[in-house]
Amino acid sequence: MSTETLEQEVVVKEPAEPLLSKRRKKFITDPLNEDNPITIQVLGICSALAVTVKMEPTLVMSISVVFVIVFSNLIISLIRNLVPNRVRIIVQLAIIATLVTLVSEVLKAYYYDMYKVLGAFVGLIITNCIVMGRLEAFAMGNKPYDSILDGLGSGFGYAWIILAVAFFRELFGSGSVFDFKVFEAIGLNVTNNGLMVDSIGAFMVLGIIIWVQRTKNGYVEHS
Amino acid sequence: MRQSNAYIIIFSAVMTIILGGLLSLTSVGLKPLQDQQVELDTKRKILGAVMDISNLKTDKEVIDLYAQRVRSTVVDINAQPVETDERGNPMVAERINIQKNHKRSKDERYYPVFTVMSESDPNQVEAYVFPMFGAGLWDWISGFVALGQDLNTVKGVAFDHKQETPGLGARITDQEVRGRYAGKEIYDASGSLVSITMVKGENNTGLSVHEVDGMSGATLTAKGVNQMLEYYLSCYEIYIKKQKSGQSVASL
Repeated sequence: MSTETLEQEVVVKEPAEPLLSKRRKKFITDPLNEDNPITIQVLGICSALAVTVKMEPTLVMSISVVFVIVFSNLIISLIRNLVPNRVRIIVQLAIIATLVTLVSEVLKAYYYDMYKVLGAFVGLIITNCIVMGRLEAFAMGNKPYDSILDGLGSGFGYAWIILAVAFFRELFGSGSVFDFKVFEAIGLNVTNNGLMVDSIGAFMVLGIIIWVQRTKNGYVEHS
Repeated sequence: MRQSNAYIIIFSAVMTIILGGLLSLTSVGLKPLQDQQVELDTKRKILGAVMDISNLKTDKEVIDLYAQRVRSTVVDINAQPVETDERGNPMVAERINIQKNHKRSKDERYYPVFTVMSESDPNQVEAYVFPMFGAGLWDWISGFVALGQDLNTVKGVAFDHKQETPGLGARITDQEVRGRYAGKEIYDASGSLVSITMVKGENNTGLSVHEVDGMSGATLTAKGVNQMLEYYLSCYEIYIKKQKSGQSVASL
């Protein structure tokens, strides 16, 4: 009896994993490139097309999504052993919806202009498959700290892609970056491309990004 | 135990109460700030319809300028002043929700009028600003149309929208598109109301004083704007006529 307890204690007392061990770093770096939610998993395309006309709303959208992913991951991970299996999807949805509503209310109170621009899209973070995908695939089975890292990874993976798309769309569609008229400033006369302002432009930019990325990584779809 | 029905029901109930409570708390807590933002936005648009306010940096500057220059009244369809709403509360023109107001029938609707006073003479009206509301392509659009002292020439407009496509229909909020309305007239030579029409296509030439150049790719939004202008100007027509006759009496 006594030897058993001793053994257990030995098992528990293995050295604590460093805060950013190799395994944990992968949670953040993987979604940025090799396992990107948009370009590889092809999730969250809807908002990637809709909000990326200009940089500023895209940035606000990115911050909102990162906030929602990180905190929903954290909350779900904290209560993962309490959540009944049969209603887990509803629990996840309720928590995401609450966080998204909070973001929307705060935007309305402090950043009204942006609230008007983003409008429905903030509400649509609820249906962003990335958030729910991470909860179901990761936070339900991992510890809180790991879940935060995973949320950060996926959030930034989403953010940098939509920011990249928005950069090209605003540059060629409106001739500006963050509403700063780039072409006028350097004295070039470039006609704005109306296609870039349309969702079609987003598809094209996104397609090119995916193409470049897959060529570089040598990624192929499994048949 | 974790999978029993009783546990699931209790868990769901507790979760609902916690999340619901959290949301109502934020909603109640942020409501005053949000109302302030909406009112500030209205004031910005009223001033923006008449003058360029892009040099005003802080919210306080906007509020101060508004308090100094703008007076407001609310009238009904027959241009009679409305002092109190249906619950007996005093009417505040800035607080009228134009979307809810739009849903009332034409005769029961409140019609706020904002008069912007001249900077040099605070008793001289510089512009009349009329709020409007209508349907764009995807969702609602709204506007503030400022008529000059003669109640005929447009001094400026400010539009807002909920869901128009950025870069296409959403351009109605751009200074460049709004500027096209300045100097246009809503009455023809015979004195009948013709409103102002945004034509199809862009870079049109030979436009009359009742037409403005359109937005390429946003003809349906332009149609919505045209309908909104025509409808609300007709709603305000009695008031406009009354003011005009009052002016001519005063000048005699």
